[in-house]
Amino acid sequence: MEKKKELHVAALENGTVIDHIPSDQVFKVVSLLEIQNLQTQVTIGYGLDSKKMGKKGILKIADKFFEEDEINRISLIAPSVKLNIIRDYEVVEKKLVHLPDELLGLVKCNNPKCISNCEPIKSNFKIIDKEAVTLKCHYCEMQTKKEDIVLL
Amino acid sequence: MEKKSFVSIADCSKEDILHLIRKAEFFEQHPNQKLLEGKVCATLFFEPSTRTRLSFETAVNRLNGKVIGFSDAATTSSSKGETLKDTIKMVSNYADVIIMRHYLEGAARYASEVTNMPVINAGDGANQHPSQTLLDMYSIYKTQGRLNNLTITMVGDLKYGRTVHSLLTGMSHFNPTFCFVAPEELRLPDIYKQFMDKNGIRYREHTDFSPEVINQSDILYMTRVQRERFTDLMEYEKVKNVYVLNNKMLDDSKENLRILHPLPRVNEIAYDVDDNPKAYYFEQAKNGVYARQAIICHVLNIN
Repeated sequence: MEKKKELHVAALENGTVIDHIPSDQVFKVVSLLEIQNLQTQVTIGYGLDSKKMGKKGILKIADKFFEEDEINRISLIAPSVKLNIIRDYEVVEKKLVHLPDELLGLVKCNNPKCISNCEPIKSNFKIIDKEAVTLKCHYCEMQTKKEDIVLL
Repeated sequence: MEKKSFVSIADCSKEDILHLIRKAEFFEQHPNQKLLEGKVCATLFFEPSTRTRLSFETAVNRLNGKVIGFSDAATTSSSKGETLKDTIKMVSNYADVIIMRHYLEGAARYASEVTNMPVINAGDGANQHPSQTLLDMYSIYKTQGRLNNLTITMVGDLKYGRTVHSLLTGMSHFNPTFCFVAPEELRLPDIYKQFMDKNGIRYREHTDFSPEVINQSDILYMTRVQRERFTDLMEYEKVKNVYVLNNKMLDDSKENLRILHPLPRVNEIAYDVDDNPKAYYFEQAKNGVYARQAIICHVLNIN
């Protein structure tokens, strides 16, 4: 008789678990955090059942601890994720993400006449309303509402 | 010494604005000075604007500075594909201050970040034109004797008119009451209304350019309704002659009312207004030289 193979996801010894990612944003989160460039073991969960969210995504990243401004980059697309910091198989810290005051090289300015779309420079937005997520381009001063945000 | 640039009126505090206005007042009394002797000022006009360029160059000449520059990007390396950064870096080797006009929004901010020389924004696309704002505010100050507690009525294209948006920002420090008169298509954008709500600034909106609105104003700021702003040309035809000021409409206006216009005008102010002592738009343009003398000295830390 053929033995059934079971996918085994090991518990993390050390690393970070990013939970409650909106399912459709999982791969964007992967790319924003440049997880594809890591040399460690990564488990990407997608379309998992969640009581709260319906469907959710989860990332388990071994031996990686994110800096504050590094992880806050994902707050635009996944504002309610929860981070579990694991050391020696134990959750030693739980964290939330926060919208930073400034977003560098992350969002495209929707103004085609903005200098940031025409010269080789990083886009730069100030967040002028954290609750409503309204951004203001540092260069052309045009404001972008949450629903109009386009990631680079 | 700290490098100063003059990029956006939103960067200026109330004190900065008052300081610049006092300086402009000084230059009006003493326009010819040797304050820029030995200084080279670059006027880089990537987009032609004769009025603004001549005003800046007059300001430099009256202060005994020298001017280099160009008045049209077609004659420069940017037409060969040079980046703005490279052009600014190159000019920084020659000049003590860079005065620039560019067709792209945010160009002056970017330029100010790639050079150690002070940059003065002489207009960046539809975004900012802060020297125009300062001369508008100087004109208001001169004609009213104060900036505080004035009723300012803005008429015409309030959606795209950058002079309107910047004047609103600059005046927001001085407890103004605004009246906005515009066709539905060219109403003031919501973000400026939110800005005023947040800062407790009183304003009213009208689509009707009525005598009641004119008669309560201290300043009437007229702007041009531009044909190219309309998606529906029928709509343009309907409104193009509605926001026109003529002399008759000023009959019962306040004694201290003055009419401003950033110029050029087309038909929004009838010629019969020109001889009315309340018409101020030509003197307003003259104030531009003094305001720009003040700005140039300010960024160069010349007191």
